[in-house]
Amino acid sequence: MPRGTKRHPYDGIVAVAPATVPYQRFSKEAAHWWIARALKQSLDAASLTPREVDGLIVSSFTLFPDSAVGLTQHLGLTPRWLDDIPMGGACGVVGLRRAARAVQSGDADVVACVAGDTNHVDSFRRMLSSFSRFAQDASYPYGSGGPNACFALLTDHYMKRFGAKREDFGRICVAQRRNALRNPHAVMKTPLTMEQYIGARPISDPIALFDCVMPVAGAECFLVMREEDAKAAGLAFARIRATIERHNAFPEDPIQMRGGWAMDIEELYAMAGLKPEDMQVVQTYDDYPVIVMMQFEDLGFCGKGEGPEFVRSHDLTIDGDFPHNTTGGQLSAGQAGAGGGYLGLTEAMRQVTGTAGPTQVKNARNALVSGFGMINFDRGLCSGAVILSGDGA
Amino acid sequence: MTDPLARPPKKDPQVRTRVPTRPSHFRSRAALGIAAAAAEGRFMLQVCEPCWTVQYPPRDACAACLSVELVWRDVSPMGRLIAETTVRTSTSIYFRERAPWRIGTVKLDAGPSVMAHLHGDLPPDAQVRVVAMLDKSGQGVLFAVPADATPNMEDDPQMREMTSDPKHRRVLITDARNENTPALAKALAEAGASMIFIGEAESWRPYPHRAALAAIPNVDILPMDVTDTASVRELSGEIGGKTDILINNARFVRPGGILERADVGFAREEMEVNYFGLLRLAQHFSPAMRARGADGDNSAAAWVNILSVNAWANSPDYGLFSASNAAALSLSQNLRADLWGGGVRLLNVFTGPTEDEWHQPLPPPKVAPGAIARAVIDGLSGGLEDVFVGDVAKDLIDRWRAGPKILEREMMENRGAS
Amino acid sequence: MTAPTAPGLLGELALSIASGAIRVVDLTHTLDPDFPVIILPPEFGQCARFRMEEISAYDHRGPAWKWHNITCSEHTGTHFDAPAHWISGRDLPNNSVDTIPVEQFIGPACVIDCSQGAAENEDFELTPEIIQAWEAEHGEIPAGAWVLMRTDWSRRRGAAYLNMREDGPHSPGPTPEGIRFLIEQRDIRGFGTETVGTDAGQGSHYTPPFPAHFYLHGAGKLGLQCLNNLWELPPTGAVIIATPLKIKQGTGSPLRVLALVG
Repeated sequence: MPRGTKRHPYDGIVAVAPATVPYQRFSKEAAHWWIARALKQSLDAASLTPREVDGLIVSSFTLFPDSAVGLTQHLGLTPRWLDDIPMGGACGVVGLRRAARAVQSGDADVVACVAGDTNHVDSFRRMLSSFSRFAQDASYPYGSGGPNACFALLTDHYMKRFGAKREDFGRICVAQRRNALRNPHAVMKTPLTMEQYIGARPISDPIALFDCVMPVAGAECFLVMREEDAKAAGLAFARIRATIERHNAFPEDPIQMRGGWAMDIEELYAMAGLKPEDMQVVQTYDDYPVIVMMQFEDLGFCGKGEGPEFVRSHDLTIDGDFPHNTTGGQLSAGQAGAGGGYLGLTEAMRQVTGTAGPTQVKNARNALVSGFGMINFDRGLCSGAVILSGDGA
Repeated sequence: MTDPLARPPKKDPQVRTRVPTRPSHFRSRAALGIAAAAAEGRFMLQVCEPCWTVQYPPRDACAACLSVELVWRDVSPMGRLIAETTVRTSTSIYFRERAPWRIGTVKLDAGPSVMAHLHGDLPPDAQVRVVAMLDKSGQGVLFAVPADATPNMEDDPQMREMTSDPKHRRVLITDARNENTPALAKALAEAGASMIFIGEAESWRPYPHRAALAAIPNVDILPMDVTDTASVRELSGEIGGKTDILINNARFVRPGGILERADVGFAREEMEVNYFGLLRLAQHFSPAMRARGADGDNSAAAWVNILSVNAWANSPDYGLFSASNAAALSLSQNLRADLWGGGVRLLNVFTGPTEDEWHQPLPPPKVAPGAIARAVIDGLSGGLEDVFVGDVAKDLIDRWRAGPKILEREMMENRGAS
Repeated sequence: MTAPTAPGLLGELALSIASGAIRVVDLTHTLDPDFPVIILPPEFGQCARFRMEEISAYDHRGPAWKWHNITCSEHTGTHFDAPAHWISGRDLPNNSVDTIPVEQFIGPACVIDCSQGAAENEDFELTPEIIQAWEAEHGEIPAGAWVLMRTDWSRRRGAAYLNMREDGPHSPGPTPEGIRFLIEQRDIRGFGTETVGTDAGQGSHYTPPFPAHFYLHGAGKLGLQCLNNLWELPPTGAVIIATPLKIKQGTGSPLRVLALVG
């Protein structure tokens, strides 16, 4: 039986019309309301009507009792490709992959990828308690710290194993806050100093307040189509140079210190014909800074255990030598539920098409976006990454 | 070492008693195996029959070979603490009220890594023993403790949330006349119970060990007859609000099955004491206990019934007594469900034939009062739900689990063997 | 206030009770769950204690009313023994509480004061000699009289009432000769005591065992036990009203015992 067959390339498939509905801390509206607004924003940008969308890919934690199916009737869509991607922080990359294959194979012409969630006052707590069966059985009864406690354990282990200090994680958070101050949609609007980071209220040791994202309501959307259609419509587009996904990688590791990227990273760069140093901008999934550090390692920017040294020796701000999470990331822009899995992707599209505005990185042509999601029990199970290229700013 | 628990101060009458909150009690069906093991103080995980892979979290199929033949087995509880965190804020009201709360990741020698509550005496990277315990929701959780016992380890605040330790708690033993009462009272006094109330029926009728009972420290003998509703109501009105542990040792036993008895007289007495007695106690004492499940260091903690192991399988030589205990066992499950919401544990101590006049012609082994007392203390300090005391009880429950119908035949064949 | 006029004996009786010239004395203990009952060796069947369960108390179980279900033995509390209670009386006609002629329930009382003796000796025995000494002072006991043995035992509380020791209970009662004298020589209606039985606490050691029960019921006579307030009665002249519940084939009954005292 053949093993590890190489993935086919995604030639001729592009992503266009990134849309972001500005986030709100709490919202009385339903997820449907937020998703509809994001979808309309993308379609308006591409001058398309809902009838012209024949593929729909949805990610949301708060649609219940609906799924993507209910949304088709709710939003008046008649797609011939429909996916519901419940992969949290990996849903953007995975959604893009599914959409690209649908268009590439001719099963759809225009696939709308949309993710978003509402945030009622108590919805985060409710979501945590019913997140997954293993979480319900084996982590939620232990302090009910949710992802905070799980990532605190990963962080504690990583710090002991690789000698990382809180300041190292602080560098990531402080740099992202500086980026966020240039993003008008970011929820966090005041500067963050290292002293404030270190002195913040402890949440679940060693995790403190500024290691945690703020759950918000919001939605993100983009469209996937053939390059020739994008060109015909005069749309700025990002090419899909390569993309990977992996689930439940390294189950034998007693505690998570690497993600699924490490299994597929060589193929990612080989398909794109690029190397880590060819990336002008990097968007990692940043629900907690420890996982950002693991991504730097697993995506090939440094070796395993070298994350702390990497962040000490690089400037992660928009104007720095390693522009990273240019929106401020979820840590400073807010986590709009499943929309958090799209945040880096829509931003990367803008970066490589030169439409990022105040957060624009100079000469950004290649961007790497990675996703990570679903703490099913003790670790994140879903990982994915994509390299996008555009004509740049 | 753990700081020894100080005797709780007298309650401030102006402070409202905290409403008991609970950690999440939702579990999948597979995960309930942890509670089943914890109820008896065992450490069990699912083991795959074909490939022997130990599984965690509990599941429906082996993650190594996809077999669905997963069997709960006792496995090594030893492991190493590889990560820890102190939760300082929580989405759960229960943990928010008790923060900071320490948990960790333990790599078990048996294979998987588990998340566990941590005992305060555990340093980083410690060798640990993992025990399955019942938390205040009544569901099973894993708790990592030092591999070797440490001083006062039972006083660890997180551990005390899982147990029903009698230390500094006020206990009611329901029947002064029972031959096991002096041993129970003595064991509780030694375990640090701050008050030992003892219900006494028919003070107009003397019994041999009364003076010995009264001489035990912190003992207070008060009138109550579990067959008299008014007396149960009256005592519950007096001390129900400070009964932290109730030990129902009231018992009426006579030999004989259906044909040895010509009437329903003794059977009715057996039901009056063993079944209705429990019901009366439950109706009058459980509401206040349930409401006091989170009332500080001497919160209401546990309800203990001392039952015959023949509640599980009828012994024809004691057929009607067995039947009354079967009724009591069923009622205790109802009571367990009622106490659940208050975080109060129900412990059933199942005993084989006891060392008393009603089992006098039976051959050994028989269960002495001291053994029952030890089982009660062990059950309370281990936070257990089911304890089988004595060889006969342990043997019977093993056989019951292997096949109740087979055991029924064995009980019939054993008739008159005594 | 004008007294109602009623003719004849009954009218006079009613007027006398209303005026207080005739006192009504309650000889009954309260039916209380904690009141002692006779204790037999534990392998024997036992006397049920008095028990009371609420049916409703102006609540959701019955909004405007309160009532109880009660349970007890025929021989709980202040109670009546019919001849059918004992093996010696089992074949007599009309030997159960529902068939005894109701006239039997009302009759004159002779009260033999043994309180001093009982105070000195908890196993005090009522003998023919004591009875005859009483008769010398108060006259011969008439046929059909209730003979009540006053011991002031009903003043005792708690464990002192049954007065159980390892060799059994200790309380006063008649000797076989004493009870036979009352039955055979005086043809009494029945015998009443303040203790838990008509027999002495150690009555099982007489021949026959429990002579009061054996001889009284064998002769169709009646028993009253757990009486109260006997010290309020004169040696002679009181009338006892002791009406058991009409229990089908009942061997006894809790009851309210009243005495009319002139």
